[in-house]
Amino acid sequence: MTEPLSFESSRPDAPGPRLPAAAVSAPGPLDLLPKEARRATPPGLPRLSEPEIMRHYSRLASMNYSISEQFYPLGSCTMKYNPVANEAAAAMPGFAGLHPYQPEKTAQGALELMWRLEQALCAVVGVERVTLQPAAGAHGEWTALRMIQAYQHSRGEHRDEVLVPDSAHGTNPASAALSGFKVVEVKSGSDGRLHLADLASKLSPKTAALMLTNPNTLGLFEREILDIANLVHEIGAMLYYDGANLNAFMGICRPGDMGFDAVHMNLHKTFTTPHGGGGPGAGPVGVKAELVPFLPAPTVERSNGHFSLDFKRPQSIGRVRSFYGNFGMLVRAYTYIVAMGGDGLTQASKDAVLSANYLRTLVAEDLHMAHDGPCMHEFVASAEQLSHDGVRALDIAKALLDRDFYAPTIYFPLVVPEAIMVEPTETENKATLDAFAKAIKEIVAEARANPQAIHEEPRKLPVGRLDDVAAARRINTYLLGRSDDPVLRWKPPGRAPVEAPV
Amino acid sequence: MPYLVHSAEDRASMLATIGVKSMDDLLVDIPESLRLKALNLPDGLSEFETMAHVSSLAAQNRLYPDRLTFRGGGVYRRFIPAAVAAVTSKPEFYTAYTPYQPEASQGTLQAIYEFQTLIAELTALDVSNASLYDGATAVAEAAMMAHIHTERNEVLVAGYLHPEYMDVLRVFSEGRGIKVRKGSEPNAKTAAVIFQQPDFLGLLVDVRGLTEAAHRAGALAIACVDPISLAIVAPPGEYGADIAVGEGQQLGLQPSYGGPHVGFIACRRELVRRLPGRLVGSAEDALGRRGFVLALAAREQHIRREKATSNICTNHSLCALAASVYITYMGPDGLHQIADVSFRRAHALAERLGRLPGWERAFPEREFVSEFPMRVPNAPAMLRKLARKGILGGLNVQRWFRELKGVVTFTCTEVNDPSAIDELMGVLES
Amino acid sequence: MADRRYTKTHEWIAVDGKTATVGITDFAQAQLGDVVFLELPSTGRKLAEREGFGVIESVKAASDLYAPVAGRITAVNDKLSTNPELVNSDPYGEGWILKLELAGALPPDLLDEADYRKVTEAGSH
Repeated sequence: MTEPLSFESSRPDAPGPRLPAAAVSAPGPLDLLPKEARRATPPGLPRLSEPEIMRHYSRLASMNYSISEQFYPLGSCTMKYNPVANEAAAAMPGFAGLHPYQPEKTAQGALELMWRLEQALCAVVGVERVTLQPAAGAHGEWTALRMIQAYQHSRGEHRDEVLVPDSAHGTNPASAALSGFKVVEVKSGSDGRLHLADLASKLSPKTAALMLTNPNTLGLFEREILDIANLVHEIGAMLYYDGANLNAFMGICRPGDMGFDAVHMNLHKTFTTPHGGGGPGAGPVGVKAELVPFLPAPTVERSNGHFSLDFKRPQSIGRVRSFYGNFGMLVRAYTYIVAMGGDGLTQASKDAVLSANYLRTLVAEDLHMAHDGPCMHEFVASAEQLSHDGVRALDIAKALLDRDFYAPTIYFPLVVPEAIMVEPTETENKATLDAFAKAIKEIVAEARANPQAIHEEPRKLPVGRLDDVAAARRINTYLLGRSDDPVLRWKPPGRAPVEAPV
Repeated sequence: MPYLVHSAEDRASMLATIGVKSMDDLLVDIPESLRLKALNLPDGLSEFETMAHVSSLAAQNRLYPDRLTFRGGGVYRRFIPAAVAAVTSKPEFYTAYTPYQPEASQGTLQAIYEFQTLIAELTALDVSNASLYDGATAVAEAAMMAHIHTERNEVLVAGYLHPEYMDVLRVFSEGRGIKVRKGSEPNAKTAAVIFQQPDFLGLLVDVRGLTEAAHRAGALAIACVDPISLAIVAPPGEYGADIAVGEGQQLGLQPSYGGPHVGFIACRRELVRRLPGRLVGSAEDALGRRGFVLALAAREQHIRREKATSNICTNHSLCALAASVYITYMGPDGLHQIADVSFRRAHALAERLGRLPGWERAFPEREFVSEFPMRVPNAPAMLRKLARKGILGGLNVQRWFRELKGVVTFTCTEVNDPSAIDELMGVLES
Repeated sequence: MADRRYTKTHEWIAVDGKTATVGITDFAQAQLGDVVFLELPSTGRKLAEREGFGVIESVKAASDLYAPVAGRITAVNDKLSTNPELVNSDPYGEGWILKLELAGALPPDLLDEADYRKVTEAGSH
């Protein structure tokens, strides 16, 4: 099916909404604003009636896969069920209708929720305090590095290097570079685990921090984490935890106990807040005592049963966003944690590990595994052995789409060629896992028997594989001023390009 | 336990298939010394008890009715059509993942492509991205773009920029060695002049003058704009600004104690390669069908790694969807009417407030749209008096700007009906 | 061609008197996938040996370009802005990227054809 753009369905005389009249006697913009302050050309927005708008968006919705309908075996993304009770909680008028500049005494419930969420996250990961300000995972990561940097500067140290495993996700070095650090890669062994000798050789008084995910990006627990922490701390550096894989061991062990000084978390992964097609999420960061003074301000404090925002934090790195955080997402995560409790979260991680190992056992019959078992909550397979049939990880991913599964993570981690990373999570039942393994079996068989067919998948979706190369080239032609088709937006045919005044 | 799906039988069967005796065999890599006995958290609750607890927290917040809210400062009460929540609560939208597999994500991708077009049209600039976290981080990202584009190390903030946006700008800039100065005279070291229109007090600034001054110095002009005001006020593209940013909360999002909201960023063609975050473009499949894909991804952090210009790897997609539904519902005439009604009501309110003893307009020579500053005799007492009557009065800005003694900004939108204004005046006149 | 030398970062260089032509190798273009854009410097700029001078982008990757030798840029292949795919289809011919006027002798650690082949076979990515 296709659905035109709202702009394409727009009609100049489509009926618009009825809206209140001003009903006051006061001048309007034409009376008071000089011509040059007023908008000269009305914006080219579409005109559609409400019934058309609702149908438009319903049809768009039907062209999406989502966790509410399909299994998402996406490694490192923890696509678990998004509880509907969380949506009800966030929509409560007592939360949704709060203005951030209301007096604190009128927002005690909101402040208490934030305070309690902080306490709960501290308990789960083993830290002293947590900032709830960062709006996303990458945002939290950068916030953590800034705190580490501020701490070291406060001790008169100017460490300008951050160590990152070669198996790390690209956000890690990007966030480090944005804080002005030089990024140094540490080798991992063939099992993706950090190479201790290489780490030791790269640690120096210039090292500010080592950034690590545990389990690592191959789904394996860093057995030598305590030694790693010692090496890092001995040189005066700090250990940063990337919380992408936290779902592997809630209630089983805690990053804080392993020696991590800053612990980043993703509420939209481990704590079920929905992905929304890309966002909003939330990336809280937990810290040990040394980093507490540097937390973004304001923090939420409790005193005599009263909750308040503490802006008087002289060593704080400052604000990383406006207001207090993605409060609506905090409500959702909090509701989930209350419902699950310590016992539920622990069982969730255990089931996540169990399901991943079970699925790994099944899929290992057809795909080469990047490492020996057992794994934790995710595993990495490789499609390399199909390459002589001309079939790649990308083809496996597309073939799964045609079988009503979302694709796993592909081409990550970079250290595994034709990587396929699978994380089932604890909210997929055994029948779904079995069906997925069966689909993989069929696809691998098809890859060997008829590789050309796989190259043409998906066939059953609204579009097939899209030529993003041609699109990129058309964009570049536009950016070079050689065409007027921006590709990055709709434009009415025949309209002259916007020329800014010289 | 809620949201878990395996029975004891399932677990036993899976362990058998794997070929291990117990979970401990799977957790074998975790050192004994790290193993927890239990989490220091209470056990879980039933849904009934969970919702009772969470509702009790919600009930401890005081809700001021929309119509009796006259406080803005970057977050505003607006009429939100039912259509917005009806669309954003569709599970196909709100539980969808990032659209990395475009064939299975055409709903999200097309909605974002429409959002990008809507923002480009509103701001009258060439290209918009797929949204950012909020107005504050959008300003900071625009400053980074200017720094990279001009290779200069200073940004100038002219006039009253939202103080929280200023804070975030400073924090981002420190990390990149960029200096943030206040003033309106750019020089050869200035990468960009940043201004807010209307400003934090609600007042219109000389956008043309500031833009021209920036360009004369070889700097970029970054305009932080109120999206609803763009229906009546000149948009950045019409006065030659290079980058437009802003907060989209007014476009269909609840205040929600400050988030999640949505930032937007749009720019001239020449700067598009520097845009942070996601971009959606149109493409074709082998059968010539049009679809939408993530574009120019090579700019992004997961590919450029330490050479990316920003580390943002997400957008506030669902919030951008809400904004798209809102703008589409309104259409150009509806948006104009909303802006016009707010303008008139705010001016009516300003006129009546100005007649209160000891009250006067701050900066009376400057124009405003739907938010304006008043100088009042005893701001805290006045606001308390209003609160006792269930009215959320204006915002005391002396909290951030010590030179603005007694200045309180009031906001009036289409939700503040004339009788609400009467009620407000009734309390203040008594 | 016998005169072509290679770097570990997959650039090639062909020298003709004092002028060198630089591009990326067939191995590199295959790794990158379809090239969509190149960010290149202007003529006249002086490059140091191993200095990064630009970026080459495909839809899924972006690689930095490094000068194999020191020199002054005398020409940049303009065709690549409208036809970046030339780098894929003819990396040693029409897909050339820069011409340099050599500042000095060639560095001794440039690889010959056989040594470069070893580098690519080692599977470094």
